[in-house]
Amino acid sequence: MKTDELVVRLSADTAPAPLSRPVPTLLMGLGAGMLVSLVIMAVWLGIRPDLADAIHTASYWMKFFYTALLAAAAFWLTERLSRPGARADRPELGLLALLAAIAVAAAFHLGVAPPGERMHLVVGSSADVCPVRILILSLPVFVCLFWALRNLAPTRLIAAGFAAGLLAGATGAWVYAFHCDESATPFVAVFYTLGIAAVGALGGAAGRFLLRW
Amino acid sequence: MIADETELRAWMMAGMAGDATAYRRLLDALSRHLRAFYSRRLGPALRSDAEDLVQETLIAMHARRGTYDSAQPLTAWVYAIARYKLIDFLRRKRLRQTLPLEEAGAIFAADESESAGARHDVEKLLATLPARSRAVLRSVKLDGLSVAETAAQTGMSESAVKVSVHRAMKNLAAKADGAGDEN
Repeated sequence: MKTDELVVRLSADTAPAPLSRPVPTLLMGLGAGMLVSLVIMAVWLGIRPDLADAIHTASYWMKFFYTALLAAAAFWLTERLSRPGARADRPELGLLALLAAIAVAAAFHLGVAPPGERMHLVVGSSADVCPVRILILSLPVFVCLFWALRNLAPTRLIAAGFAAGLLAGATGAWVYAFHCDESATPFVAVFYTLGIAAVGALGGAAGRFLLRW
Repeated sequence: MIADETELRAWMMAGMAGDATAYRRLLDALSRHLRAFYSRRLGPALRSDAEDLVQETLIAMHARRGTYDSAQPLTAWVYAIARYKLIDFLRRKRLRQTLPLEEAGAIFAADESESAGARHDVEKLLATLPARSRAVLRSVKLDGLSVAETAAQTGMSESAVKVSVHRAMKNLAAKADGAGDEN
């Protein structure tokens, strides 16, 4: 078909455009995935028994806010990357600032600790399972977010997939924090971030193929 | 005539509100922009692919016109979609690059892993020859052309080709011996 004919045919279709609303679409995917993830966490791992005491400690809220803020920045980034031509530099800066903040906090925590305890502050007692559990708990969110993104219009597929992966990972980590009783900032900075980054990488790799339109 | 951002955006907004004439002007102008965009990037060899991409992009934009946020420049929105379709096309093309079935024999006939090392050595030796005799030698001994064909290709006489090949072989043999002694 000639391009001129195509233009005529397309312009004849003046039906109102199916309105695309990235924020509600992504929020719906995020919410649905998070619910599934919370149920899986509660059934599979269980909520930590000392939660009532833990909420009085700073370390509990550190984990809570680190993962929640990371998710917020990743949501912002995903939303930007879900429509053509939107700028993404400010959410990127936000993500970097959060990573820098947790790194500084972890370094400070390590600096003031006696040398003999430092190793334990980093690896804690669940370093071997933490990133994998975060990855598993983030999968429902991952799937729902990709479904949501497929209804939007990302034009940088790897970047958009990576952002959605980070969002899924941070949400999975936030959910996992209801079970996890580690309290050291260095542990969170290393192993939470590792699990989240792994989901991000997975998203980048999948995005290239799953987000085409 | 290439329309500018203000005009394109006005046509887009009118088109979204149901004005078919404005929308058609927009698509006309964009198809010219897109044709220039793709032709410049794909080159003359892929001219027909450029036209396909123009159409594909127009359809994609039309289908997802709801993703245009009127607070953003329209050209940025269009450019992002055009760039995505270009990258997608290049990726697909790379994945699709295959040989016709008739040539499959040439791939599977010989296991070249063993000769790869030898070939590497030959290339190294060849590189030490003067350009002219290297070309002749490659043509006769490696590419398997006849002396007459080589002569026709290079514009040399047949006897000159024979002499050149002979000298180059002697030259290489001496160098190969020398290289062997070093090891």
